[in-house]
Amino acid sequence: MLFQEAVMNSTFSLVPLVVFLPILGILLNWLFGKRLGEKGIGSIASLAAGGSFVVSVLLALALLQNHEGAHIPLFTWISVGNLDLSWVFRVDTLSVTMMLVVSGVSTLIHVYSIGYMHEDVRHQGEPKRFRRFFIFMNLFVAAMMILVSADNFLMLFVGWEGVGLCSYLLIGFWFEKGEGGLGNAKAAKKAFITNRIGDFGLLIAIFLIFWNFGTLNFAQVFEMVPSVAQTQPGVLMAITLFMLLGVTGKSAQIPLYVWLPDAMAGPTPVSALIHAATMVTAGVYLMVRTQVMYMAVPGAQQVVAWVGAITALFAGLIALGQFDIKKVLAYSTISQLGFMVAAVGLGAEVAAIFHLTTHAFFKALLFLSAGSVILGMEHGLEAGSHGHGSNHTDGSNHTDGIHHDDPQDMRNMGGIRKKMPITFIVYLIGALALAGIAPFAGFFSKDEILVAANQGNMLIFVVLVVAAFLTAFYMGRQVLMVFFGDARSDAAKHAKESSLLVTVPLMILALLSVLGGGLNFPGVHTLEYWLEHTLEIPHATEFIVPIALGSLAVALVAIFLAYLVYGRKPLASAKAADPLAKPLGVFFRWMNQKFLVDELYQAVVLGPYKKLADFFAYPVDQGVIDGLVNGMGSLTVSLAGALRKLQTGFARTYALSIFVGIIAILVYLLTRI
Amino acid sequence: MEFGINPLVLMTFFPLVGVLVLVFLAPQQKNAMRWTALGTSLVTFAISLWVLFLFDPNKADNLLVQIPWFRLAGVPIQILMGVDGLSILMVLLTTFLTPIAILSTWKAVEEQVKGFMIFFLLLEVGMLGVFLALDLVLFYIFWEFTLIPMYFLIGVWGGKNRIYAAVKFFLFTMAGSVLMLLAILYLGLQAGSFSQPELVANRSLFAGSQLLLFLAFAIAFAIKVPVFPLHTWLPDAHVEAPTAGSVILAGVLLKMGAYGFLRFNLPLFPQASVQAAPVMAVLAIIGILYGGAVAFAQKDIKKLVAYSSVAHLGFVMLGIFALNPEGLSGGILQMVNHGISTGALFLLVGMIYERRHTREMSEYGGLWKAMPIFGGISLVVVLSSMGLPGLNGFVGEFTILLGAFGSKVLGSPWFAGIATLGVILAAAYLLKMFEKTFLGPITKEENKSLKDLNLREIITMVPLLVLIFWLGIYPQPFFNLINPAVEQLVQLVQSAALVLH
Repeated sequence: MLFQEAVMNSTFSLVPLVVFLPILGILLNWLFGKRLGEKGIGSIASLAAGGSFVVSVLLALALLQNHEGAHIPLFTWISVGNLDLSWVFRVDTLSVTMMLVVSGVSTLIHVYSIGYMHEDVRHQGEPKRFRRFFIFMNLFVAAMMILVSADNFLMLFVGWEGVGLCSYLLIGFWFEKGEGGLGNAKAAKKAFITNRIGDFGLLIAIFLIFWNFGTLNFAQVFEMVPSVAQTQPGVLMAITLFMLLGVTGKSAQIPLYVWLPDAMAGPTPVSALIHAATMVTAGVYLMVRTQVMYMAVPGAQQVVAWVGAITALFAGLIALGQFDIKKVLAYSTISQLGFMVAAVGLGAEVAAIFHLTTHAFFKALLFLSAGSVILGMEHGLEAGSHGHGSNHTDGSNHTDGIHHDDPQDMRNMGGIRKKMPITFIVYLIGALALAGIAPFAGFFSKDEILVAANQGNMLIFVVLVVAAFLTAFYMGRQVLMVFFGDARSDAAKHAKESSLLVTVPLMILALLSVLGGGLNFPGVHTLEYWLEHTLEIPHATEFIVPIALGSLAVALVAIFLAYLVYGRKPLASAKAADPLAKPLGVFFRWMNQKFLVDELYQAVVLGPYKKLADFFAYPVDQGVIDGLVNGMGSLTVSLAGALRKLQTGFARTYALSIFVGIIAILVYLLTRI
Repeated sequence: MEFGINPLVLMTFFPLVGVLVLVFLAPQQKNAMRWTALGTSLVTFAISLWVLFLFDPNKADNLLVQIPWFRLAGVPIQILMGVDGLSILMVLLTTFLTPIAILSTWKAVEEQVKGFMIFFLLLEVGMLGVFLALDLVLFYIFWEFTLIPMYFLIGVWGGKNRIYAAVKFFLFTMAGSVLMLLAILYLGLQAGSFSQPELVANRSLFAGSQLLLFLAFAIAFAIKVPVFPLHTWLPDAHVEAPTAGSVILAGVLLKMGAYGFLRFNLPLFPQASVQAAPVMAVLAIIGILYGGAVAFAQKDIKKLVAYSSVAHLGFVMLGIFALNPEGLSGGILQMVNHGISTGALFLLVGMIYERRHTREMSEYGGLWKAMPIFGGISLVVVLSSMGLPGLNGFVGEFTILLGAFGSKVLGSPWFAGIATLGVILAAAYLLKMFEKTFLGPITKEENKSLKDLNLREIITMVPLLVLIFWLGIYPQPFFNLINPAVEQLVQLVQSAALVLH
């Protein structure tokens, strides 16, 4: 018994490795990568991520023995006054679940990236940047692991901004490309600054927690929540809502979601890993982690649920009007994150984590398959018209006209299923899982959220059902536009299936997207029992047959409608208008233009700030303030006009005279001894 | 003291040895001069490490040296020097940055190398004296003394508008210190001593006029920090100063202002400090937001960095006037952080200026591609300045804001809440600068063939990079140096606050 315990505890103390292995990967590739070549670099990075996964699995196995988990401290970080913070890792079922998802999906995407980036760096004409990509990817894994394994709010914040940095670096990976050469760089900056606005909220929440709880350690804070909720409900309300601001940044919810669609400027594996499967779920994780706080203030829960539900609906509408294959998936991600956030607001944390996990599988699958399609299109482009250069990480939006060699525009595709059969099948699986078709993973997880909404708030339930309908519809539209019909461009005509390095990870993810529902299968509830050791679960999940059948019916109807619109009579040519454009009229244009939210922010926030900064910098600073002090200077000079002869015009003389004056005072005082 | 000489005295005046050697070198022996200056500053740094080794954070009078000097109106003036938790990091920052700054001049300064190096070493003497002097008159002498070498460094080796900038720098500081001198003389005559510890002990003797005295000192220090709206000398001085001058100006000279508040205003006039705290905090917050906005509007990289200093020092001032351990310790650490990050930024600006002789952002773009090492290092420094967690700037900013948020003296979380907006502004102006300079395609033909950093330049940056990570991940040893002195100071001020209420 004792021996077993010792083994278990020593397993728990492995947890820092989930961070240190990726860091080791960074160091190795940094120091030796140049000599190793692409295979070596990719292997080191993948092994580092894979090593993290292995450690996570070991931790999970140890947790099966000891559900309590452990806190593994490293060393003191900041200790001043009453603030006492250390680097402490937390092993419990929630953190390990996140570790498994993050490191598992990361490893697959690392492997995929070896093949993908091999093509991409050549396509972009910068083969040497291969190494940098994998260093950034490993850095991301390390930061994300810090985030999910932190035992206090501030260490979580380190990971939180750390993943933001990686996002910045990887969105701007081709920093000299994009619209006007600066498109990608601008998208990266937008992501970071938007997230900083959210981080402002999280920081305020942390300050509030510290001064009202006296600590930032999770366990101690959560313990005190009931008493604080009694004495200062307002404070708890403020904490949870400020934290929500942070969540809307990181997890791309209204009002801060605007950075995520632009983030698609990054290479496709980045979109899959960071901007779909893992990083963007950090906000959901944070709220699940702090569920005790949210549960103590129902008002905040309401706000959270509504933010999530409205985001799910709003982003679903925008997705419907997009033509860029990745943009559709990006808005879909925002919408699905909305489902998860809503779940937290409804008190269904397990459902949120369940959907987070299945979404990680099928959305990573969809993005990577989209990447495979784009690679195929690029091949086709090169085969079709020789070396007509294009740039598939182009972050520009295609609102009006259409770029005829844009390998991401779905209007240029069509009929890809015959050219890329493996990609087609896995894409279809991903799409069905996302649409919520049984028995694929998304069906079960989305159903749990709908059940929670049905029991909690009928209005939210209705909104989410509509959002689910939209999900199935836009995925139907996408699959039909991309894979069915006839090729609408040379690129699509000559598209070519991708290599095994690319397709094998896709197959694994497809398998997970099929089987993922088993994680919390109705009646078995493995995930729920697993998370029960960490989370409070107020009511056990139920499987309500009418809701399940109903949501399935909604999804099927949506897909059928999509078939009627896009499948029966496919787009005739790349120039043809979307069949919905006419019947929906101006509303379709709004969806296509993302309801002009970017333009609104530009007009209300960015533009005025720029003007204000200029106003401060020139009229105020150089004019008024500097003018005043210079004026005071010249006033002094003119006062000295009485001693005009001394006014030599040499500044040194003035300075000297002041100095002499001071010495004179000192001498005078000295002689008074 | 096994050397028979107080290490503080030895350290402070050791640069004079270098000056002496330099005087005898022939004008054409430029490299010998550089090596002499570098060697001297490195030995000084070594002595400061020895001081650190002897240093006990729990003692207020480490390595105290006390020598009667002369009398002024009957009041004794002493060579009174000591080091405590408030000053130890400032001393180390000075001795650490000076050799780095000297190393950065290797190619940048070709004219009158001898004069440059002599002034630089004299400047180091002055700065160390400022941080170590515990006699007010001695402090004042060192304080004014630092003006002269800096004045010449800007005025002789500066850019086009150097005379204007040098005079502005000189007159601003001078104007402020005149009031401080009067206050010092008043204090000495009133209390019969110029010794800071004695004055702190007898502060009841001048408690009646402490608000005015606080103000007299505060203006002198606020100009130096600089506190809004007394900051306009700073951008001019920075833009015109040679790189090494900017590094020391931002890295150390500005800290003299903040240090002055810690050493004199707070312990000598605690009630006045408590009363003035909200006003100082408001000025600090204006500095943070206004500095951030104005930095955003700049087109010249160096000006942008200069205004970022206004914002960063705003954080320092906010921490100091939170008047609690978190805020004060954070403020002191942030002084170090700012010295490192902004010092590094100025070095980087200097490196690119040496290559292209322009600091206009519009002249650049895509530098990360042309100079990958330069780009990578710049990225880390920019992130450090932005306060990215895991790097040094965050630790300081966070503890400051945390302290200010719960400060009893400030009495409202609004101060820190609004100041926290500064982290958004910092990201905006720094990322804008990074984008304009390093990202995007290379648009200018001249930038295509730029040489990446050479070994000397990399060596200049490495110590700073090491500290950026060290202070971000494991700042506790530094806090341990600061904390005891800060606790004492807080107690002193808090007991005063009790009297007040």
